[in-house]
Amino acid sequence: MTDAAAVPAEDWRRTSPLSFVVTAVMSLRQAGLGVLAGIFGTGLWQEGWRYVVPPLLIMLGLSAFFSWLAWRHFRYRLSDSDIRVERGLLSRTARSVPYERIQDVALEQSLIPRLFGMTEVKFETGAGGKDEVRIRYVTPAEAEALRETVRARKSGVALPSGETAPAEESAHSLFAMNLRRLATFGLFEFSLVVFAVLGGAAQQFDFLLPFDLWNYRAWVDLIAGPGHRLQELGMMAQAIGAAFALLVLGLLGLLTGLGRTVLRDYGFRLEDTAKGLRRRRGLLNRSDTVMPVHRVQALKLTTGVFRRLWGWHGLSVVSLATDAKSGNHTIVPFAQMDEIGPVVDATGFALPGTHEAWQRSSAKHRVDQALLSAIPLGLAAAFVAFTGPRLGVPPATLALGIAGMAAAALLVLLRENFRWKHDRHALDARHLFSRHGWLAPRLDIASRVKLQSVEITQGPLARRRGYATLHLGVAGGSLAMAGVPLAEARAIRAAVLDSISGVDFSRLNAA
Amino acid sequence: MTESAGAQVAVEHSVVATDAGDGDPLTPLHPNYVKAVRLRTIVLTLPFVAGALILESSGQLPRGAFLIPVLLVALFLIVRVPLRRYHARGYQLGADRLRVVRGLIFNSDTVVPFGRVQHIDVHQGPIERAYGLGTLVLHTAGNHNASVALPGLAHDHALAMREAIRAHVKRETL
Repeated sequence: MTDAAAVPAEDWRRTSPLSFVVTAVMSLRQAGLGVLAGIFGTGLWQEGWRYVVPPLLIMLGLSAFFSWLAWRHFRYRLSDSDIRVERGLLSRTARSVPYERIQDVALEQSLIPRLFGMTEVKFETGAGGKDEVRIRYVTPAEAEALRETVRARKSGVALPSGETAPAEESAHSLFAMNLRRLATFGLFEFSLVVFAVLGGAAQQFDFLLPFDLWNYRAWVDLIAGPGHRLQELGMMAQAIGAAFALLVLGLLGLLTGLGRTVLRDYGFRLEDTAKGLRRRRGLLNRSDTVMPVHRVQALKLTTGVFRRLWGWHGLSVVSLATDAKSGNHTIVPFAQMDEIGPVVDATGFALPGTHEAWQRSSAKHRVDQALLSAIPLGLAAAFVAFTGPRLGVPPATLALGIAGMAAAALLVLLRENFRWKHDRHALDARHLFSRHGWLAPRLDIASRVKLQSVEITQGPLARRRGYATLHLGVAGGSLAMAGVPLAEARAIRAAVLDSISGVDFSRLNAA
Repeated sequence: MTESAGAQVAVEHSVVATDAGDGDPLTPLHPNYVKAVRLRTIVLTLPFVAGALILESSGQLPRGAFLIPVLLVALFLIVRVPLRRYHARGYQLGADRLRVVRGLIFNSDTVVPFGRVQHIDVHQGPIERAYGLGTLVLHTAGNHNASVALPGLAHDHALAMREAIRAHVKRETL
């Protein structure tokens, strides 16, 4: 083994030979739709198979050839202090990533690689999405070994090069979702996104449809036929029809939500391991992520408009190595508070206790916010009431419009009143809590020493009325409290700064 | 060397603040900042003034109807606003933090503890160079205030401040 260390060329490794097949299939999947669209769009398919098969074969060959080239020129190596990755044929890129800079090692199995039994290894450095180092497609065993080696090297235990580390040590489960919980969760994830997707697809592939989607007259003809008949059936039938349509819509929304949830969170498991919180989830795309606890910057406790009525909450972390992808750092998607408590403890944070000194935001701020939203609505209503009769708008329509605006203004006032009663923040010895929101309130828990900067901002109105917005710099997230009385904002800032300057940030995040 | 630079900063501006409290007076920027902002505003308003002159010479509008308001606004922006902006800005270099205050209409007051500084830039644009000024930029890991800029410092003072702050930043060993 010492010989191998002396001759570095020996250590260079390639990804699994199967991986170029996987890459070829993946790129085909992307290019395939375009090629099919081209063949159908240009009417080439009517010319017979002679014109269709050769382009397809050429596509297949090219895709395989380029994937093979990319595979041939990709190699990686674990040296004593860093990972080196070299790739590219014409323009070669050699990258070195020191172990200390690696925040996280993620293993990902998308559908197609999974069919071939391949895994992707992603080294998150905090550089953000594109620039992350990936090793595409090795066997799961090799991926696990890579992760273990990197972790061991990172924590200073130098294993001989090429040696694989022992597998995962004992871990205790913090949270898991069974099928029943998953199904309940899915029901609350009601989503009508399927219609957006269908609409988008219809726009993309409208040449495949048997009728012209954008021809208004055709639609009128299409609807006028049965619609006319419906009208003859009378009011009752129309009402039944509308109810049926709504029912179908609701059912589709439920099914979409359920499907998406099961795909994403099937087999969700969160474990507390020596290296951090380990999360595994996914039905077709299985993902396996480890988040070191000391890198957690803040927690977000979220809920939804309806799920809060049954006490369901979700917990996600704000981490130093946060991808832009949303939901990426959800550690508890859907649970009751008594299940969330232990997870919060495991992250080293704490939920607010019973004796926190909660503070409200300034009442003046709420009044100003309400007026700022309500006054334009009132002006618009007055304008409509004044000009409407002159323009000959029917009084019934006019009344409806004005009533709508009045209702909106009332809603705004209700919201501000609710937020004045329920939005609050508190400081304890180690944390800063901020609860805010109307229909789906959210609790942010930030660690005082992990904050980066404190800013107090005031607009012209706020300066006159004596309140301010407090922005706290969080690595990988954001935290702001609006409408805090100025003196209190300054007091919070002074307290937080005193906590911060005691501890150096790089020491906090050292493994 | 860095320590002497830090001492130099303290002597130069007689700021011996150990804690950037809210009541303490702010250190003003270098007076040349007003001139630099004026020059920048002149460059920015030039196209509008030129446009107004062309419109005036075309004779489509009553004499001065467009030119005079444009000139008045430009004059206000060039003479008055930079001065007020200068007075609205300021900073405090504490023992372990930097406080930056700015904004005429929308006021902001930011404190960056040195322990959270990732790296430091001293930036100098062409106009700043003409007046011997520099901008000190502190980068933090936070998404909000990822970089906090303090313009209008004398260039060598900005460099000295950078050294002083760097002395505080305990770097991770590479």
